[in-house]
Amino acid sequence: MIELDNVSLAYAGRTGPVLALEGADIKVAKGEFAAVVGPSGCGKSTLMKLVSGLVKPTKGVVKVNGYQVNGPVKLAGMAFQNSNLLPWRTVIENLMLPLEIVEPYRSNFRSKKDEYRAKGEKLLDTVGLTGFGDRFPWELSGGMQQRASLCRSLIHEPALLMLDEPFAALDAFTREELWCVMRDVWERLRFTVVLVTHDLREAAFLADTIHIMSARPGRIIESRTVDFARPRDLDVCYSSPFTDLVHTLRNKIAEVRQA
Amino acid sequence: MNRNVETLAPWLFTIAIFVVWELICRLFNVSSIILPAPSEIFQAAIRFWGPLMRNSWVTLWTTLAGFLMAVAFGLLLGLFVGWSRTIYRGLYPVMIGFNSIPKVAVVPILVMWFGIGEIPAILTAFLISFFPIVVNVATGLATIEPELEDVLRALGASKLDVMRKVGIPRAMPYFFGSLKVAITLAFVGAVVSETIAANAGLGHLMTQAGSNFQMPLVFAGLLALAVLGIGMYAITAWIEGRMTGWAFRSQQSAGG
Ligand SMILES: Nc1ncnc2c1ncn2[C@@H]1O[C@H](COP(=O)(O)OP(=O)(O)OP(=O)(O)O)[C@@H](O)[C@H]1O
Ligand SMILES: [Mg+2]
Repeated sequence: MIELDNVSLAYAGRTGPVLALEGADIKVAKGEFAAVVGPSGCGKSTLMKLVSGLVKPTKGVVKVNGYQVNGPVKLAGMAFQNSNLLPWRTVIENLMLPLEIVEPYRSNFRSKKDEYRAKGEKLLDTVGLTGFGDRFPWELSGGMQQRASLCRSLIHEPALLMLDEPFAALDAFTREELWCVMRDVWERLRFTVVLVTHDLREAAFLADTIHIMSARPGRIIESRTVDFARPRDLDVCYSSPFTDLVHTLRNKIAEVRQA
Repeated sequence: MNRNVETLAPWLFTIAIFVVWELICRLFNVSSIILPAPSEIFQAAIRFWGPLMRNSWVTLWTTLAGFLMAVAFGLLLGLFVGWSRTIYRGLYPVMIGFNSIPKVAVVPILVMWFGIGEIPAILTAFLISFFPIVVNVATGLATIEPELEDVLRALGASKLDVMRKVGIPRAMPYFFGSLKVAITLAFVGAVVSETIAANAGLGHLMTQAGSNFQMPLVFAGLLALAVLGIGMYAITAWIEGRMTGWAFRSQQSAGG
């Protein structure tokens, strides 16, 4: 699904080019849940932008779905640390925003509006926001806004979901709750996910593979498969193989930060 | 109960100011050439009711004409400037430079071009008031959260889509907020221009009355200006509240 081959990217910084990524290689299979971890500023968000076609690599090739990426990929859903909901739209209208842009929904948006609304309501049910469709975003708590933001990134049934620290601003309980929401949605739809996170437990709980990046300029220095049986229960987080994995990941990143 | 006091307070204060003013004029025997008492001003207002109304009307429509031109032009230019961050960065200093020219200095030029009359007043009102509209609309557009733009572009949204779905609705509170400022400035522009060169309007009436030493009439003109100014401000403020309620309510929310 995703293939980065020796990709480098330099931003035109104020005082000369800033090399954010250098020689990054990564492969994510269709339907795989991949997590990317690494020290702050190592180029994780940059990696996401490359994959979704928002920036072009300075060197190397980015392929999505077998095709070289030359512009916005048009099939990705994205969610970030901030929910970025539009305050002048109700929750359900926010969810329908992607449908106003992506084909084939876009062309028949007017005629099928009711159908799409029902689709949105159903998605809200799955994340525990039943009945909140007609509220405005500011009437929701931070965690609820984040759920709505997840729904918005999923409404057009994207083949690829890009998540950049979507749970980082939440409290521990809400976060674990949303892990389970994410797990259930993914088990059901099996789209490809790239999740950037600072939370190693989150990566270990959700992902099939964890890619560890070096300090800037970022490179993938290690990819690990996580083979806990699915569907995973939150209890797995307290098993000793899990804590061992988290521990190794932690040491690896500490090591990278030193270098 | 408390609410009532709060809504009444501005009226009470206004009346109190007039009462104190009247008292000062009477106690210290202030000459009406220096500072006429409110009672004299109201008398003058009644005596010259016709001319006051006629000139108020001229000032009102020149202000509104200039203001509407400023709204149309300001919206268009604001959309253009805010369209891309590059244009925004490039044009912003130019506009600041333009805005720092005192527009009063332009009035004589306008008079030379268009002659004495309403047109210089309209144009001054326009020139002085379009700037805050441009800046506000452009800022509203140019400060779209980059992440939100990424979300939309990753879906294949064009620049026009981003502007229609996010930029323009987002700029609306900025736009309506700037109307309050713009109408006040347009009013200032129109009156200043009338004072310098016109044959109608409250500014003209006041200069005429001043040169005839009819101070009560000058102050009656001032009073008319205050009423007009407050009225126009109140209407734009009301429109702002009606059109962009979500912006106020979302600011009060905890979730941000
Ligand atoms: N628009 C830009 N212009 C110049 N430099 C940039 C730009 N965006 C990012 N950078 C630089 O590129 C590097 C990688 O940035 P990126 O946002 O990808 O890091 P990150 O891994 O997502 O960090 P974090 O974990 O803190 O979110 C950083 O050192 C940053 O300074
Ligand atoms: Mg980041």
